[in-house]
Amino acid sequence: MKKTDVLVVGGGPAGLRAALSTAEAGARVLVADRAPRMGGQLVKQTHMFFGSKEQYASVRGIDIPEKLLGRLARFGDKVELLPGCTVLGAYEDGVFTALQGEDYFKIRPVSAVIATGAIERTLAFPNNDLPGIYGAGAVQTLMNVYGVKPGRRVLMVGAGNIGLIVSYQLLQAGVEVVMIIDAAPKIGGYLVHAAKVRRMGVPIHTSRTVLRAEGNGRLERAVTAALDARCAPVPGTEQTVEADVMCISVGLSPLTELLAMAGCELRYIPQLGGGVPVRSREYETTVPGLFVAGDASGIEEASAAMMEGALAGLYAAGYAGFVHPSEAETAAELRAALAALRAGEAGRHIRAGLELLEKEALYA
Amino acid sequence: MPEPIDPFESGGVPSLMMIAEKFPSCLRMKRGRVAVAECYRRIPCNPCETACPAGAITIGADINAIPVVDHDKCTGCGLCLAKCPGLAIMLVDASARDGTIEFSVPHEFLPLPETGGAVDIVDRAGEVVCRGVVTQSLCPSAYDKTPVVRFRVNEAYLMAARGIRAGKGE
Repeated sequence: MKKTDVLVVGGGPAGLRAALSTAEAGARVLVADRAPRMGGQLVKQTHMFFGSKEQYASVRGIDIPEKLLGRLARFGDKVELLPGCTVLGAYEDGVFTALQGEDYFKIRPVSAVIATGAIERTLAFPNNDLPGIYGAGAVQTLMNVYGVKPGRRVLMVGAGNIGLIVSYQLLQAGVEVVMIIDAAPKIGGYLVHAAKVRRMGVPIHTSRTVLRAEGNGRLERAVTAALDARCAPVPGTEQTVEADVMCISVGLSPLTELLAMAGCELRYIPQLGGGVPVRSREYETTVPGLFVAGDASGIEEASAAMMEGALAGLYAAGYAGFVHPSEAETAAELRAALAALRAGEAGRHIRAGLELLEKEALYA
Repeated sequence: MPEPIDPFESGGVPSLMMIAEKFPSCLRMKRGRVAVAECYRRIPCNPCETACPAGAITIGADINAIPVVDHDKCTGCGLCLAKCPGLAIMLVDASARDGTIEFSVPHEFLPLPETGGAVDIVDRAGEVVCRGVVTQSLCPSAYDKTPVVRFRVNEAYLMAARGIRAGKGE
């Protein structure tokens, strides 16, 4: 049995920032991540970040883990990193179980921050299991972490930020992106990203979806169709796209299995990406001592995940009896940064989702 | 009736009117390099403001605000080009007075085009509009792997030229 003050599950932007706050407060912290390298999805994000200085704006995502780990290293053995360690269970007595390699063990923290992130959603259409059909994030991992080209001609499904960014990175890797389609009538991602791929010659077709995939043993082509205002395919608008790769980039869902197992109350809030834990303003779930941050508490940009992680870390340390030397001030700064990130049109759905969540927290 | 959709929102290509509003005056362009920030929509982002040593780019307290470039303060140093995560900023320079314009654009594709080489120049929809001559490729460590390529085109393409067709440098 490993004992610690704070356990952080997930070593991505939210988890690493949470660990930093808890360490600054003087608590011992254990960060477990199932991947062999800390950083979560940052390890494949070769693009520069948006946001402000506090969120490492204009630093490439791949360079952020090193910066955060460097800041964590200053706390010496108060911070223990467990890469390649999957947290398997969260039990009602506050014990967690974990697997690292062949080693199966228990962890008993005083408090915990769950920063497990999210999983890519998929689309239902005939033959969506043909080899060559991937999640866009999976293709990004394949290319940017392992240096493997996924194929020659890509159809990107989804014009959100991930779809646009992965399209750009496919082009950088020398892979042809035939077109980007999206069922919505408008491009969902930042238009600067859209403009970037457009001037590389990639067309974007909104109000269009995949009807079916075709191919003998692997993807060879896809049939797409235009959608009307009620999102129904318009007969006669079918188009065949020759492609050996299809990337599905239609959003993410929070990874909440551990939270559910621990007994946290979850609510379905579409604006936050699906089932999310009911939580207080201090990021504490309905299970005392169990905190949440980042995409696991609602799908948002990594910049927001870092700020949420930092906040949750502060309060998780506080729960364990460690008060950050400038808690009130730090929390106020982080809250202001979060509010600024969410203040624009791009943050409208997040604001609406959080409002719903706050109402739920009142009645929880 | 559903609301008509702005073609920029559905296609990602800004209209000529939108582009024109971001350009400096002819007089300023004739004085030398100056930044054009093609940031058209509010997003939470302000590194261009932070990067500008001349204080020529203003976003302000709300980091979602659209950057405003004071073209008279802008020295054309180009530091903002590599700092903008949206790669939305370029420099234009009409000081040559030989009927050509020099563009400086961030270009994150390898191989970098060679100085003196002729390249295909694309517009904002990726269509080849003309040929251009590469005058310089810059990739100092301060640019953090976002090289800036300068190329020269006929001044008739001031509003159309936007980048170099990747991987097709000769």
